[in-house]
Amino acid sequence: MSELLECRDLTKKYGNVLALNNVSFTLERGRIVGLLGPNASGKTTLIKLINGLLTPTSGEVLINGEKPGVKSKLSIAYLPDTTFLSDFMNVKQLINYYGDFYSNFEKEKAYDMLKHLNIAENMKLKAMSKGTKEKVQLILTMSRKADLYCLDEPIGGVDPASRDYILNTILNNYNEEGSILISTHLISDIEQILDEVLLIQYGNLYAHKSVDEIREEHGISVDGYFREVFRC
Amino acid sequence: MWEMNNSTPIYMQIIDRIKLDIISGRYQPGDKLPSVRELASEAAVNPNTMQKALSTLETTELIYTNRTSGRYITEDVCKIQELKNELASQYCNDFIQNVRNIGLDDSSILDILKQHL
Repeated sequence: MSELLECRDLTKKYGNVLALNNVSFTLERGRIVGLLGPNASGKTTLIKLINGLLTPTSGEVLINGEKPGVKSKLSIAYLPDTTFLSDFMNVKQLINYYGDFYSNFEKEKAYDMLKHLNIAENMKLKAMSKGTKEKVQLILTMSRKADLYCLDEPIGGVDPASRDYILNTILNNYNEEGSILISTHLISDIEQILDEVLLIQYGNLYAHKSVDEIREEHGISVDGYFREVFRC
Repeated sequence: MWEMNNSTPIYMQIIDRIKLDIISGRYQPGDKLPSVRELASEAAVNPNTMQKALSTLETTELIYTNRTSGRYITEDVCKIQELKNELASQYCNDFIQNVRNIGLDDSSILDILKQHL
C-alpha cells in the first residue's frame, strides 16, 4: 500500500510572498498529527494544497499515491477554518446534503453526536453561536469514513467541556487505516491525543517529531516546546 | 481523564499509573485488562500511545498477553510485592530528601514521622 500522504518539495508562492518553501514529509496511516506553527506560517496553505484547493508552485502532494482529484476528495474529510455552509439550512438539511454529497457519510453517527452535544436538528445555522456552528461543522466532517481528516482550527470557539467530548469523539471515530491532521493553537488541549507534530515556521518545516520524542529530548510538553522555539 | 504532567512522555506516565493500579489492588493478580481502546478512551489519550505503554509493560512481565483473549495482570504475587517495595523505598527516599533539605536531622525526622503516624 502506498503512503497515505506524501508531500515532496512542496512550494507555494502568492505573487512574491513565499507561503511554503520546499516542504517534504510523509504521514503514515493510523496517526493523529498536530500541524503547529505561529500565525502566517503556512498551515492553512498546506491544508488547502493537500485538499487540491490550491495548486503548488512547485513540488507535489500525493494522497494514497495519487495527486489531489476526484478520488482524493472522497478519501479526505476536510474541515475549513471558516464557515463554509449556507446559513439558511438547518441541521437536518445539512445532514441530508452531506449524505447526498459523500457516499462515505454516516448519518446515524452524525445524529448520535448531535444528541450528545444537545444540538436540535431543526436549528438553522444562522441562529447558532460561533461554538455551536463549529461543533456542527466538525460533526459533519467526522461522520465521514475517510482515510485522512484535515481539521483546520477545529475547536477554537468551543467551550472546554464540549472540547473534551469532541476530542474523545475524534479518538473514538478514527480508524487504524486513517489519520487525522489537526491544525490548532490550543496545543495543551490536544497534546494528549497526538502521536506526532509538524512544526512549521515562515513556510519552512521546522520539525517533524513524535510527542514522546519532544518530551524525552527536552523534558517539556509540546506546548512548552512551541513557546520556546517560537518565542517572540 | 487521567491527570498527566507536562515533563515526561505520556506513555511513561501511563505505565506508572497502571503499575500503581496493580500495586494498590485496583487490578488483582490474574485480572483481565480492558482493551487498548477502552483504556485510551478512559485516559483520553491516543490508542497508539496506550498500545506503546502496554507493550512496554509487557517487557517487565507485570502484564502478559493471551493471544486470543487479551491482556492480563501477572499472577506472580512476588513480582507485585517486589514492585510495591521498590515504590515504597522510592517514596521514602523522596520524603527523607525533602525533610533533610529543610534542615531536619535524622532523630527529628523520626520524631516527626511518629507524630504523624
